[in-house]
Amino acid sequence: MTTTVPATKRKQRTLSLRDRAVRFAEMITTPLLPADYLDIISPLRSGADLRGRIEAIHPETRDAVTVVIRPGRGWRGHTPGQYIRIGVDVDGVRQWRAYSMTSPGDRPDGCITITVKAIPDGTVSNFLVRRARAGTVIQLDQATGDFVLGEQPPAKVLFVTAGSGITPAMGMLREVVQAAGAVPDIVMVHSAPTPQDVIFAGELRMLARQGQLRLIERYTDAEGLLDIATIGDVVEDWAEREVWACGPTGLLDAAEAHWTEAGIADRLHTERFRPTVLVTGEGGSVTFSKTETTTEADGSTPLLDAGEAAGVLMPSGCRMGICFGCVAPLREGAVRDLRTGDVTTAVPGDGVLVQTCISAAAGTCDIEL
Amino acid sequence: MTATINDPTAHLTTEDIETLGRELDAIREQIVASRGERDAAYIRKVIDAQRKLELASRAVLLFSLFPPAWLVGTAGLSVAKILENMEIGHNIMHGQWDWMRDEKIHSTTWEWDLVSPSEQWKHSHNQLHHTYTNVIGKDNDLGYGIMRVDENQKWYPLYLGQPLWNFVNACFFEYGIAAYDLELGKNLQKRRRQDPDFRARAKRVGEKIRAQVTKDYVVHPLLSGPSALTTLTANFTANVVRNLWTHSVIMCGHFPEGVATFERRSIVGETRGQWYLRQMLGSANISGSPLLHLMTGNLSYQIEHHLFPDLPSNRYAEIAPKVQELFERYQLPYVSGPLPKQVASAWKKIIKLSLPNGFFDKASEAAKPANLLKLIPGLASAEPKQPVRTAA
Repeated sequence: MTTTVPATKRKQRTLSLRDRAVRFAEMITTPLLPADYLDIISPLRSGADLRGRIEAIHPETRDAVTVVIRPGRGWRGHTPGQYIRIGVDVDGVRQWRAYSMTSPGDRPDGCITITVKAIPDGTVSNFLVRRARAGTVIQLDQATGDFVLGEQPPAKVLFVTAGSGITPAMGMLREVVQAAGAVPDIVMVHSAPTPQDVIFAGELRMLARQGQLRLIERYTDAEGLLDIATIGDVVEDWAEREVWACGPTGLLDAAEAHWTEAGIADRLHTERFRPTVLVTGEGGSVTFSKTETTTEADGSTPLLDAGEAAGVLMPSGCRMGICFGCVAPLREGAVRDLRTGDVTTAVPGDGVLVQTCISAAAGTCDIEL
Repeated sequence: MTATINDPTAHLTTEDIETLGRELDAIREQIVASRGERDAAYIRKVIDAQRKLELASRAVLLFSLFPPAWLVGTAGLSVAKILENMEIGHNIMHGQWDWMRDEKIHSTTWEWDLVSPSEQWKHSHNQLHHTYTNVIGKDNDLGYGIMRVDENQKWYPLYLGQPLWNFVNACFFEYGIAAYDLELGKNLQKRRRQDPDFRARAKRVGEKIRAQVTKDYVVHPLLSGPSALTTLTANFTANVVRNLWTHSVIMCGHFPEGVATFERRSIVGETRGQWYLRQMLGSANISGSPLLHLMTGNLSYQIEHHLFPDLPSNRYAEIAPKVQELFERYQLPYVSGPLPKQVASAWKKIIKLSLPNGFFDKASEAAKPANLLKLIPGLASAEPKQPVRTAA
């Protein structure tokens, strides 16, 4: 007991010394922070905002690449199956997106990987697949998500994946096959339009040849979409397996229905892609989330006016789009710039800042005020 | 819309003005549509260079006891402070770079190396000055509420001193800006002094002043050890150089001869086209090299900046010929000139308006400079270098 007391005291003293050092450093750099100068020298140092450097970009298929990222010192690691948000600057504009991680938990080089498939009109996916270069520093968030195998992987596993839905499953698969000890009995049913579209095809087929995996590929261009109700035809013991499914909404909805019908819904884990297509139009329902106010606004009414009419205390200034005194975060939804007609969209976590005096609702939107 | 002196818009119909507005909107849209990677790289490069220059200059000043180190460090720090205030701070706080969605380079998060807190400056500058540009009684940038800047303002003997306090204001401009953002003149009246909002804002200014003064006049000198005193004088000099420079540039934006001012009632029910027109007539440019434009934060393109305050500053040079073409086509005066000429012109106006109307012209026409000096002793002592002979 007695030994712990001075230890705590010492710890407190060093902490406050450190605090004092930080405060002194801030006095030197005010109005900026010491970090603003340190970032120039070392953007990936510990204590900095989490960033990563793209080390390499490997092609996987004609429209998918694996991006190898060296995370900054503040990276806390991940569990395969989880996803990360990354912020990349495309045409000078920072865009945040979430991608599943495809690397096992402990790559020897300390890097992590995401695998990205270019989707039509996808700003970030097309940038990463076709234009991104090694050496670029990107913004990162810590890994998150509960689509994981758990501490003790079950003895019998089934992955049901389609398209880029393979990515979280790949992370898990790599983790278990390289782990010491008994490899679980794994079956993977993967759908892709053609054999050439199968991401990680070489690695998957090799694992299958080595007997570490039973791989069932389905080519939907020729064979049509997989009818999940007939999964028993290809995986006889499907009901005995713990299942991880990732792919388009239709597949996941059908899987949930089928497993629920069988009374084993608790064995099914799903990861849904975020809906990327927002319904945009003229006007919509505007929610001011901090004040919990919702109002209907037409396509020509500035959000500022709509908010004020609904009794929200809106910051405002020139009311003509020049002073930026009315800027507020768009948490989610779509707004249209009344001057240019340009639509700005946001998904939760983006917090895109918009000028409320010249922006009108272009669909349902949520303003953080 | 009417300008108060010799209305230069008399030949334009309402329809003309709205067409002009639409043409300006089109220029704006072109730039917005082409903003991209190149622009983002530009501002990041300027910020990066400015921080390195500041760090290097402060490092050199650790040895400021040696006169060459003092000179080099002071010059570098002055340039760094000017860049930080103008091309970086002023423009970021205008929201010129908000489109990048980088929270570190954003109008809502930026704080600058000046005693005025950015929040208060953004209100008085972005909301008041840019909305009510050159409207007497509404735009406090016109004389900062302490000077006579238009012949229609009533003359009082107190204005005789305005050349002197304009110079003092120039030397300590950052404090002038802080006082002006606080609307100190108005708010120091007994009744308003107790206003909790004013007190809170005054407290924030006090805290910022303390942080700024501590940094430049206590912490950095102490770090310099034996060079403490010389580092202090270097930092003081850099702040004054920055103040004089920014004051001169800003004076050139709205004070030179040929710039129009407007009456309060003239902006009632103003359309977007009329607002654009007021910005065109109420601002003046400074001509010069790319280096000059950088050092003025591109406020040398004051006309373009006032038309499009939220477009990236690196694009004003590209917008200027298009805007100039509009001025010609609509037969409007595009006021522009080299820095010394514009500074002299602005000073001349300040001196001229320190005297009752007509006094300056009558005197300068009737008399040689020698006689003039005899006639107005206050003028001679206040500003011996005033450019009497450049009178238009």
